[in-house]
Amino acid sequence: MSSAGRAGTVVWALAVLLAAAIVARATYVADLSAFLPRAPTAAQRLLVEQLRAGPAVHLIMLAIEGGEPETRAQLSLQLAARLRADPAFAAVNNGDAAQLQRDREFLLAHRYLLADDVTPQRFTVDGLHAAIGDSLDALAAPEGLLLKPLFPRDPTGELLAILDSLGPGAAPHTDGGVWSSPSGARALLLVQTRAAGSDTDAQQAACEAIRRAFAAAVTALPAAQRAAPRLLMSGPPVFAVESRAIVKQEVLRLSAVSAVLITVLLLAVYRSLPALVLTLVPVLSGALAGVAAVALGFGAVHGITLGFGVTLIGEAVDYSIYLFIQSGGDFRRTVWPTIRLGVLTSICGFAALLPSAFPGLAQLGLYSIAGLVAAALVTRFVLPHWAQGVRSVRDLSAAGEKLVRALAGLQRRRAAAALALLALAAAAVLYLQRGALFSRELAALNPIPLAAQRLDDELRADAGAPDVRYIAIASGTDREAALAAAQRLSGRLSPLVDAGVIGSFQSPTRYLPPRAVQLARQASLPTEGELRARLAAALAGLPVKPGVLEPFVADVAAARRGATLTEADLAGTSLAAATDALLVHTSAGWSALLPVAVSDGDLAPGALARLRAAVAAQDGAPLLDLKAEADALYGGYLAAAGRLALLGLAAIVVLLAVALRSAARVARVVAPLVLAVLTVAALLVVTHHRLTILHVVGMLLIVAVGSNYALFFDRSSARPYEGSVPRTLASLGVANAATVIAFGVLAFSRVPVLADLGSTVAPGTLLALWFSGLLARPAAAGRA
Amino acid sequence: MNVRRHGPIAGALAALWLALGAAAGPPVPAATVQADAPHDDFTALLGLLAARRHGRVSFTEVHEMAMLERPLRSAGELLYEAPDHLEKRTLEPRRESLILEHGVLTAQRGRRTHVLSLRDYPQVVPFVESIRATLAGDRAALEHYFHVQFSGDLGHWTLELVPVDATVAHTVRDIRISGAREVIHSVEIRQSDGDRSLLTIGAEVPP
Repeated sequence: MSSAGRAGTVVWALAVLLAAAIVARATYVADLSAFLPRAPTAAQRLLVEQLRAGPAVHLIMLAIEGGEPETRAQLSLQLAARLRADPAFAAVNNGDAAQLQRDREFLLAHRYLLADDVTPQRFTVDGLHAAIGDSLDALAAPEGLLLKPLFPRDPTGELLAILDSLGPGAAPHTDGGVWSSPSGARALLLVQTRAAGSDTDAQQAACEAIRRAFAAAVTALPAAQRAAPRLLMSGPPVFAVESRAIVKQEVLRLSAVSAVLITVLLLAVYRSLPALVLTLVPVLSGALAGVAAVALGFGAVHGITLGFGVTLIGEAVDYSIYLFIQSGGDFRRTVWPTIRLGVLTSICGFAALLPSAFPGLAQLGLYSIAGLVAAALVTRFVLPHWAQGVRSVRDLSAAGEKLVRALAGLQRRRAAAALALLALAAAAVLYLQRGALFSRELAALNPIPLAAQRLDDELRADAGAPDVRYIAIASGTDREAALAAAQRLSGRLSPLVDAGVIGSFQSPTRYLPPRAVQLARQASLPTEGELRARLAAALAGLPVKPGVLEPFVADVAAARRGATLTEADLAGTSLAAATDALLVHTSAGWSALLPVAVSDGDLAPGALARLRAAVAAQDGAPLLDLKAEADALYGGYLAAAGRLALLGLAAIVVLLAVALRSAARVARVVAPLVLAVLTVAALLVVTHHRLTILHVVGMLLIVAVGSNYALFFDRSSARPYEGSVPRTLASLGVANAATVIAFGVLAFSRVPVLADLGSTVAPGTLLALWFSGLLARPAAAGRA
Repeated sequence: MNVRRHGPIAGALAALWLALGAAAGPPVPAATVQADAPHDDFTALLGLLAARRHGRVSFTEVHEMAMLERPLRSAGELLYEAPDHLEKRTLEPRRESLILEHGVLTAQRGRRTHVLSLRDYPQVVPFVESIRATLAGDRAALEHYFHVQFSGDLGHWTLELVPVDATVAHTVRDIRISGAREVIHSVEIRQSDGDRSLLTIGAEVPP
């Protein structure tokens, strides 16, 4: 090996060590955030911030099914007790008596600050008479048994009023003392993890802790009952862990399949084991460099980026194939300049992804650029030195000759005219389907299997908490201002509930009213002396014994003197989590979220207009339509991806113009690529695919990879030509086969984004090769 | 993508209802076999009761409570459709309706409506079941919730029901239902703290 070779090897080894160290220390995430773009509007920013880091991101729904109801209830209690002892969980709610007791005590203790009914009128003689009369009626009804112990403290029924204001049917059912599904077939628990939503490792640890706790609770059962109960889990942390596992499995499985198939291909072509091993060196070096670059550039590597990594095999393997098959002569002089230009065009393509608002795409761009540069450098500066001993690669000139003749035959049959017709047909298909070309829903990118999404819907329905689509937002510069705005907004929404326009709504002010409201309620409570006097008058005609309501007098006096309620008072209750979830700190201040539940199904258009009007009348507060916003976001960055792809194409054209210095040659290189993209798009549309953002990226990849083929054809038709045309053609065939294998395997992925990419690029690069060959100047083929 | 938030925890709070009275009881144990249960007249009575598919009668009710100076009195109509629709329409002193259907209790009082699913309130179930199961001649339900004691004969009978569940027994001492053949005359509920209520059933209301 020459000294240059030794130096190259040393640099390569050091770089590999460095990259390996970075890769080993990198963080890998797989939550949904890679699919969430940086958002343009304030409402969308709030949405995205919430989806990335909001309280909902920490929520895990658990269900226990199978076995006897008593067994499920016992397991629920056991599981909750174990999880409450684990610091990984911020809140564990299962509707058990102890938790409800704490919540109830909070509401009872602070009822005069919390109930909407607390007004000066309520505590006049008439007000007291009416309220106590109502409570006596309730005492005579079956539920009176539940109310009787409370009557001496709360004869005006404030606690009941608070509970009523939560709305019917908003809570899970209770069976055997714990929450259950309406049918009683499942016991339900709601758990909040403490770790950040994006910390998939911690979420995974939390999910495992839940499974272990459940297994331990089951083990504690009598042997006969152990078999039946099953644990079901859903929620964003579960999805993040699950999608990471799926992506990981898929990456391993697909990489393995691709590697085996490409190995078989290369062995069949090379008939040389050393050449095969050397071919993989640039590929693996590139992958390592790509992951290291993403880890450095983004802080964390998204799992899906590794999935895209399979794609790198597709292009990087080509370089060594060109080296081994074409370089009968001097690699550096004959093949390298074309590879160099190919790498540069690819970089132009991938660079267009870097400014994408979609972190997954930006990572893919950086990964591919770093990977391709590394692979090309290794092919140029390291591999030739190592390959000096490897001379046993089969000469493919004979096979190449056949290809050359076949190509010439096709070219004589007016291939260009046929391709022009094909382009017209493809354009016509796309034009006719122009309205339904793109999938407009973010759901198209969801990596979660349909079964898991269905389970999530079921558990939410079980918990009485269906998908919330509309959220009214009240904002302020600080918490207090946001709460005050939320209180005003509540006043506008309540009439809509009474009128049946909306089902119900939640507000953080339910458990944490603004201070001003609390003070007003406090001020409406009479002094002890006054209350006694009014009560004496109010009880005239009512059968309540004197002295029975002493606890009431004492409670009102205490409430009048007591401090106002702060968030600290909520600690230890399940209400704390509910309030936390609805009160969020944003970059611009504080926002109170008021989720609106729809009675059944979706809002009628008229109802939505009334809701919007009511919300907007409040200091122009926004009404967030989560589905519409999410889809609008997606639509926005789909359009952005389209623009970036066109920009990438333009950059490639400019680069080619500079390198080739001939409009005709640029056209000859670009035409087959554009034609391949058009044809693939038409094929996808004809086979009933709605195009997603990944299809658009795939088209960019067709141009990036396909430009290499086109450049080789361009080179082989340029004069003077020093390489072997048959060998060049053979190497392009092999390289393309490797690419089609890598992306074709991807097309069978269970992860939609990977499948979309594979099903676009595999046929696209194949077509790009054929079209490039057919459109190459016949002189090239003829001069073989 | 499914975008969701916040619902479960906040919504779940309405389940607080449960905690209003005594703490939730342990699961109801399986019915105990009554040594004295197989009584020929009892069996015959249940047969007679089960044969009645519907009824509409007037009632008066008296609640005696230690914290009240005088009993609460009310009057109205009871409607029954076999096997599980029971409606209590109070006409005096104030209008109120209470409907039990398929295990869901709906109370309408003034502008307010309360809906309780009985499954969520195990301590309320025995009250409602004592009347519903007796009307329906539902022996299995009666013996699931109560130790049942039959006395008298078909022409003049009394059922004494003592709650099986310890939590319920903590608040309710017993329920005594008396009648003649398939006609129920009165339902008396005695609570452990000495409070009691007596429902007296009057004449059939013509449709």
